[in-house]
Amino acid sequence: MLVLVSPALLVILALIVLPVGWLAWQSIYHDGFTLENYRRVFTEDIYWRSFALTFEISLAVTVIALLLGYPVAYLANSVPKGWSILILSLVVLPFWTSVLVRAYAWLALLQRTGVINQFLRYLDVISEPLALVHNTFGTVVATVHILLPFMVLPLYATMQKIPGDLMQAGASLGASPSLTFLRVFLPLSLPGVLAGCTMVFVLCLGFYITPELLGGGRTVMVSMLVSRNVELYNQFGAASAVAVVLLLSVLAIFFIVSRFISLDRVLGQK
Amino acid sequence: MTMTRKFGLGCALLGAIGFATAADAAEQITFVSQGGAYQQAQTVAILDPTAKKLGITINQDSIPDAWPAIKTQVGSGKPIWDVVDTPTGNCLRGGEQGLIEKLDFSKIPNGAAMPEAYRSPYSVSYEFYSSVLSYSQKTFPKDAPNSWADFWDVKKFPGRRALRNHPFATLEAALMADGVAPDKLYPLDVDRAFKKLEEIKPHITVWWTSGAQSAQLLNDGEVDMEMAWNGRVSAVAKEGAKVSFTYNQGILQSTSLCILKGAPNLATAVKFLNEAVDPVHQANLPLHIDYGPGNPKAFETNVIKPERAAQLPSEPANAAKQALMSYAWWSSPAGEAAEKRWASFMQK
Repeated sequence: MLVLVSPALLVILALIVLPVGWLAWQSIYHDGFTLENYRRVFTEDIYWRSFALTFEISLAVTVIALLLGYPVAYLANSVPKGWSILILSLVVLPFWTSVLVRAYAWLALLQRTGVINQFLRYLDVISEPLALVHNTFGTVVATVHILLPFMVLPLYATMQKIPGDLMQAGASLGASPSLTFLRVFLPLSLPGVLAGCTMVFVLCLGFYITPELLGGGRTVMVSMLVSRNVELYNQFGAASAVAVVLLLSVLAIFFIVSRFISLDRVLGQK
Repeated sequence: MTMTRKFGLGCALLGAIGFATAADAAEQITFVSQGGAYQQAQTVAILDPTAKKLGITINQDSIPDAWPAIKTQVGSGKPIWDVVDTPTGNCLRGGEQGLIEKLDFSKIPNGAAMPEAYRSPYSVSYEFYSSVLSYSQKTFPKDAPNSWADFWDVKKFPGRRALRNHPFATLEAALMADGVAPDKLYPLDVDRAFKKLEEIKPHITVWWTSGAQSAQLLNDGEVDMEMAWNGRVSAVAKEGAKVSFTYNQGILQSTSLCILKGAPNLATAVKFLNEAVDPVHQANLPLHIDYGPGNPKAFETNVIKPERAAQLPSEPANAAKQALMSYAWWSSPAGEAAEKRWASFMQK
């Protein structure tokens, strides 16, 4: 068994463990051992602001993705197989388009002269164009769109494993469909909810393209601090300290989540 | 069968060796610029004629931001590039950090003949562009904003605005808006500049990060006026958008040529560098792209027609209306501190 997995382990070692280790080493060693990069991250308030903003945006994106994704997964789970394949294909389809293209598409939709503002003005709903983009709002909208599949797929996988006869049992005992949903289906789907939310939240923490293109320069997420620090300090250590703090936050989240459900449920489908 | 195959292989090897020696016999250098239409224009205007005249081979490479590569190549002790075309600040900073060769101007007569503001011990200006005030002619069919004070005047010139998300040129513009003369900017009064920027901050819709983004904002009518690079604005105007700009109070910026410390073909690189800033080659550049020659003598060659010259950022009359960016100040400790302060200004 070990012989079989060892090539995969070697790849992981070479492509993940070594670079991350090198990155972490850079953050504490530059012509000698130094904690300067971490001192900066923990004392200068721009870093706190960025981390706080990043967590706020990630939380908003997760909640919206859950509210949008749950009904989709529910629908895909309750219709005949052919239909569910169609629905899931539609969910996965945007994956085949580059994130960059999708971000620009949102720009075309949301900007002052964009489709939405033009349409609302045509209908006379608004007199002045709405500020839909170049701010946190536009960033959240596009990020939700990009991360939605990561919510729908784990939800669907969990719902698939909920035996249908449990619902029939609830109905036969006289519960209304909504009560059966609330008391039987929803609690059984919660591991999927937690799995989807963890995936979306963690992926969102590292987002770069949507805040960069749609944030108007004010929405500075942590990933942008990483790239900016390379430019500002001309050494990787300043940037990798930020990356290490972000990585540790993600690991902490996984650790907390793992106290509630098994991690293979988040990462795979069991 | 085996024989013929071996024979064929031997021929191929011999051929390869012969080819390699032939290439080695001719002098060569590796030249690096920023790619795209800009590098193509240089190839036609400057690089090919230079290669022909000196009888050398110019291998080209391109990279959007050369600085990290300069650091790692020279740091490794075996650089593969010779000459780099990069924002002048990189040459100065690299010179101070021992990454860039100090130039012997006795071997670079074309560079020595250039005004002192156009060169440094480590570099010579290669081409000029300008950070200008651009605006929509739809919003301002007449009485367009014509100075940074106008840009800051939100009552007289209502409309949506954008600035670059970077302190370069933006601090200079703020100081000019506050009444500092274009030729009295340096050393920058950083406190005063940031104070003036706080004033306009609530009225800035977008802080753009890439030239493409600034062009898109102007083209789509997303903003009514913005600071942008002259080449980007004229490209948008050429596409038919009703936009224009003024050179008045523009901030004249340059890229320069410099040579990596320990460059593999140092002697040839120096010869190349001298030839690349030759006034005639330099005058060819603006025939292919909207950038001005780095060598002001190019305007005396009669290669550039007067009406074309009038469109270029470094044409003497246009240059006189603008501020010449001091890369020496920006790479000084005060300049670096201002660059770091920008981040906290943006996130407040």
